[in-house]
Amino acid sequence: MSEREQIQIGFVGNPNCGKTTLFNAYTGANLKVANWPGVTVEKVEGSFKYKNYDMKLVDLPGTYSLTSYTMEEQVAREYAMSGECDVIIDVVDASSLERNLYLTLQLIELGRPVVMAMNMMDIVEKRGMEIDLHRLPEMLGIPVIPVSARKRKGLDILMHAAVHHRNHEEVTPMIHHHEKQEKESRHIHDHHKEFAMVYSDEIEDKIDIIKERLKEKYPDLFNHRWHAIKILEGDKTVTERYPIDLPSDFSCNYESEIINQKYDFIDEIVSEVLVNKEKKEASTDRVDRILTHRWLGFPIFLGIMALVFLLTFTLGDWLKDYMSVFLSWVSDSVRGGMEAAGISAAVTSLVVDGIISGVGGILTFLPNIIILFLALAFLEDSGYMSRAAYVMDGIMGKVGLSGRAFIPMILGFGCSVPAVMASRALEDRRDRLKTMLVTPLMSCSARLPIYVLLSEIFFGDNAMIAAYSMYVIGLLMAILAALIMHLLDRRKSTYNLLIELPEYKAPSGRTVFIYVWEKVKDYLTKAGTTIFLASIVMWVLLNFGAGGYTTDITQSFGAAIGRVIVPVFQPVGLGYWQIVVALIAGISAKEVVVSSCSVLFGISNVTSQAGMASLGATLGTMGFGPLNAYCMMLFCLLYVPCIATLATIKRESGSWKFTGICIVFQLLLAWVMTFLVYQIGGMLL
Amino acid sequence: MQLNEGETGKKYEVQEMHLALETERRLEALGMTCRTVIAMMNKKRHGAVIVKVRGTRFALGKNIAENIQVKEAPVHE
Repeated sequence: MSEREQIQIGFVGNPNCGKTTLFNAYTGANLKVANWPGVTVEKVEGSFKYKNYDMKLVDLPGTYSLTSYTMEEQVAREYAMSGECDVIIDVVDASSLERNLYLTLQLIELGRPVVMAMNMMDIVEKRGMEIDLHRLPEMLGIPVIPVSARKRKGLDILMHAAVHHRNHEEVTPMIHHHEKQEKESRHIHDHHKEFAMVYSDEIEDKIDIIKERLKEKYPDLFNHRWHAIKILEGDKTVTERYPIDLPSDFSCNYESEIINQKYDFIDEIVSEVLVNKEKKEASTDRVDRILTHRWLGFPIFLGIMALVFLLTFTLGDWLKDYMSVFLSWVSDSVRGGMEAAGISAAVTSLVVDGIISGVGGILTFLPNIIILFLALAFLEDSGYMSRAAYVMDGIMGKVGLSGRAFIPMILGFGCSVPAVMASRALEDRRDRLKTMLVTPLMSCSARLPIYVLLSEIFFGDNAMIAAYSMYVIGLLMAILAALIMHLLDRRKSTYNLLIELPEYKAPSGRTVFIYVWEKVKDYLTKAGTTIFLASIVMWVLLNFGAGGYTTDITQSFGAAIGRVIVPVFQPVGLGYWQIVVALIAGISAKEVVVSSCSVLFGISNVTSQAGMASLGATLGTMGFGPLNAYCMMLFCLLYVPCIATLATIKRESGSWKFTGICIVFQLLLAWVMTFLVYQIGGMLL
Repeated sequence: MQLNEGETGKKYEVQEMHLALETERRLEALGMTCRTVIAMMNKKRHGAVIVKVRGTRFALGKNIAENIQVKEAPVHE
């Protein structure tokens, strides 16, 4: 048989149009994530087999238009122009057809084969509207396929159309009926019958002039008309790449006019294609009236976050106990097995006390982590996240940040690494740096094990309040830090919130699953690499001293290092060398604070009920009480972020100096805050 | 009048914008062109607003909202 043909398809669409859900429906969790060459915008690729073809799908960043103002737009445009893809699938949210059509018109203008995937038809129908799927393709000159990404409907037909349409080079003349229009149509002339989008005579004449110049100078250029339109819009990239000589009085300042005329055509399309205007009020508007209410919005936001953490702690802990029981069993059987096999005490200790209790201890927190990320995925996919940006815009504005900066901050509750990366969405560099500086103060999931462990040991029934307070303090500190920077910053910052509030929808199980699975994979990888290595290093530091291998931990190198630094930590209630060592180790990853406690205090299964009781007793005899425990939680919340976060900050800011400032800032903040709490707390208690 | 002076539940027609060129173009690309009718869905004390433009909701910060000139849209039907 003949070789299988490879077909590459680019998925383009507005943000929130269901593009990623549709993409996932084809490829599942079988994704390859990379960055576009030269830029740090995420590139997601997936592949699957369809009939006799190897399909390669590329998910482009969501974009509203194909100008070259933002990174996303440039990436989508370059890719679509490059000829790398055989077909472009334009994913359209039928419930906001008008705005989505703007991108569609630009894609058609590019001149590559385009197939429209009309998503979310069910929402449209629910609202009592209908879309004429016969007239729409007629007016646009491209196939339109209704699909449901969530219900996985129309998927095969869409692929069939894409395969069928991939070599579609010849253009069928458009059928423009304008005689019935009351409004004066701009498409009166018919010298451009082959184009869906025809501009006013003034603009068309200018396009013709530029097109001729381009043809003379760059005869091989793909689609002269598109380049001519871009030059007429004053597009920087195209104008610089293809300079042409134009009469001195020839103005190329038509961008606004071109946008306007596209929307005029869209008005025309919508008035013909959309049957029955919206009858029922969109349920999103009703929900929004409460969730974004001027008084209720903020308390509701706090309530939602409280619920997220409540679930993480209660439900997560309940499951965590089962994990602990399993871990005890593993660790006991391995110890028994190794002893029976006559393996030396040192090696057995390395495996059981070092690796199993270190890595295993962290793995028992997996249920908490899964629940936290499930909740975040839910918030993101349901459409609430951008509402939070609106609700917080006022408070954020007072501290000189845009409400949009709040999204990276919420993501920081999950993990600081993607949160720092999410600060890219902010346009202003100073805003970005400020956001990067405060985002690590949001308590990430790696700090969760520390709170769970310490608060359960020391705060009994109030454990949850103690742990939740960390999240509130982190948030307050972030806002306070931003405020101080804002007051010091003499330049008036011009934060501009501009964000779409998408239709609320029930999150797609598949999207949520893939999101959570990616995070779980990261967590497991971290347990298998960073925490594994850190556990071994800790074990070595704590079992070797000046006199070689020792079972007396107080004679170890670790103890020696800890004792040197202890005086610094005395005033903040953490003047114990074991704690100091755990905190230093925690810079590799915050979970390591917990995993090293088990090694430091010689407790094999520190997260089990018995382990916690014995850790509590050991700490108690050292004079480490609830106040010290609270100080330790606070210090862990605020001090230097983990190595991975620091590396991300360095990469995103491109500055060692800034990264250094972050480290010093957080160390100072942590010390000062903990000092205040310990000293004031000591007076009160 | 400025957009942020509008009332929730009413409709307004965009007259002109006085914003940075890039922001203006972006708003236009999102469908907020001159003469477009937008509905005020929600607003807050400090001037951030939620508007519905061509079927899509957007949150606009105070700095943007106060630089968009609108007039009350004629009521149809």
